[in-house]
Amino acid sequence: MNGLLVAPIIVPFAAAALALLGRRRPLFQHVSALTVAAIHLVAGGWLLYQVHHQGIAVLHVGGWPAPFGIALVADHLSALMVLITGVVYGAVVVYSRAEISADDIRRGYYPLLHILVGGISGAFLTGDLFNLYVWFEVMLMASFALLVLGRTRAQIKGGVTYVVINLFATLLFLTGLGMVYGMTGTLNMAHLHLKLRAVADPGQVAAVSVLFLTAFGIKSGLFPLFFWLPASYHTPPVAVSAIFSGLLTKVGVYALIRTFTLIFPFGSSGLQELVLAAAALTMITGVLGAAAQSDIRRILSFHIISQVGYMVLGLGLFTPLALAGAVFYLLHHIVVKANLFLISGLIRQRGGSFALKRIGGMYARGLLALLFFIPAFSLAGFPPLSGFWAKMILIRSSLDSGQFVLAGVAAAVGLLTVYSMTKIWNEAFWKPMPTTETAIVQNRVSVWMTAPVVALVLLTVCIGFWPEPFVQLARTAAEELLDPMAYVYTVVGEMR
Amino acid sequence: MPSFILRAANRILVGLILVFSVYLLLRGHNAPGGGFSAALVAATGFALFAIAEGPQPVRQALRIDPLVLVAWGLLLAIGSGLMAVVTGQPYLTGLWWPADATVDTPAVGTPLLFDVGVFLAVLGTILTLILHLEES
Repeated sequence: MNGLLVAPIIVPFAAAALALLGRRRPLFQHVSALTVAAIHLVAGGWLLYQVHHQGIAVLHVGGWPAPFGIALVADHLSALMVLITGVVYGAVVVYSRAEISADDIRRGYYPLLHILVGGISGAFLTGDLFNLYVWFEVMLMASFALLVLGRTRAQIKGGVTYVVINLFATLLFLTGLGMVYGMTGTLNMAHLHLKLRAVADPGQVAAVSVLFLTAFGIKSGLFPLFFWLPASYHTPPVAVSAIFSGLLTKVGVYALIRTFTLIFPFGSSGLQELVLAAAALTMITGVLGAAAQSDIRRILSFHIISQVGYMVLGLGLFTPLALAGAVFYLLHHIVVKANLFLISGLIRQRGGSFALKRIGGMYARGLLALLFFIPAFSLAGFPPLSGFWAKMILIRSSLDSGQFVLAGVAAAVGLLTVYSMTKIWNEAFWKPMPTTETAIVQNRVSVWMTAPVVALVLLTVCIGFWPEPFVQLARTAAEELLDPMAYVYTVVGEMR
Repeated sequence: MPSFILRAANRILVGLILVFSVYLLLRGHNAPGGGFSAALVAATGFALFAIAEGPQPVRQALRIDPLVLVAWGLLLAIGSGLMAVVTGQPYLTGLWWPADATVDTPAVGTPLLFDVGVFLAVLGTILTLILHLEES
């Protein structure tokens, strides 16, 4: 059933076409989006099931064998990422029903959302470096259009910063691609794994790998290339910033993991130290940046950066446990972070603002307080929530590798995360509602907005109390990443 | 007011450009051309039309919203790949009628459908942009 590999890509694109055809019927768009998100989720689950039981799946699109055609490949990492994409996709589509304005829907919100998800799924599944570049472009264009959909000044400003920096990153990526192709004559990732070993000049390979590191570093918000992220993520509708925060930077992290395990495995080039240093600085700057903010979505945006540092730390340590930690961290983070953004929308509905100064007294809303508390403190790493296990695995593997400084940084950044989550908690929940403000407070929050938040909170709790299967999947993914011969063999077969 | 010369030349040129774009589309699979470049050429024809006569006559001549073209183009491109899946081959595998066609014999296949899909999607996207720019 390898044909199923195209489903997570083409189903959202077909949905985009349907949404365009029914662009004057919001209800039709919403119902079709719900259906498609459900299909995407099921396809992702089925894919993971197949990969887990029958090994890595590959589809040579158009019947052209690797390395000539484009191969779609699903190993554990890809399948897990596609599945979690489906989870966020579903949650965001449900949430959109109540949150997205009729204006935004008329301007093409749903088609763009579907194209974005199609691009993300494509990036996770492709086994071809140039194809990855194409998916990055698809994602970039769709996400830019989603960012500036509302046409406000803040959105245009953030959107332009976003698109310029990211275009620069794709340009670097394209340059690296050209050089790799010049050196080896192939762009199939599995084939590159074999071919790059045979390149005579290790200096060339190292130079190209730094290009890739920079390009994907920008995409994932790594220090010092993260500044586009907090400039743009707080401007679009909540549903949009939720899917961005959950998935976009994580595609960058995925690309980093894939590139530096399969194509340029860390060797003696000194790149590993660079990655580790960048990871540590990313964690620290992200969390310090968050401490200085007073808008909920800006605080959360800076936290994305510090969390990306943890995942890259796992990649940089490059041990089986550390990579498993990085994969587990990805899964936990996507669920929690997308959910926190969705919750910020609920807080705005109740308090009328994202600015911490202008809201308060949310504690009286028992359910909302509980819904915020669980993902916020999971993000900070409170036991027994999912973030605790993620951080524990990573700190444990830093200690195992003798990287005591990094372990210390990771633990300290966790504490500082608690600080800014407590800040949101104190300001938005404990503090009485400022009486000077006469904000329009809605007492009823639509069930369309609450339901996905509750579902994601339950998923977080589930990962927290029952981490074993998730850790097992992450460990299997890490084993595949560290020993890519199975992947290479599945894709290029006997050809060497 | 656009020049009289441009408007007179427009009548001949737009037709020629559109015919050329269809030619590019049809020769695309085995020779330089294809849906993408054909759509770009066709879009230059419509752009010329819009410059000479204004965007409204272009919309009237098109009769359908360019966004609908994008939608049908996407569906056609996706659907052309699915035909191979129905026959049990990998997605997007080219199916040809007659099946034993070579480069020199005329044949129709799913790659042509795919190209037409790309053509419609690209043309629709560019027309949406051009017409909006002309109107604002």
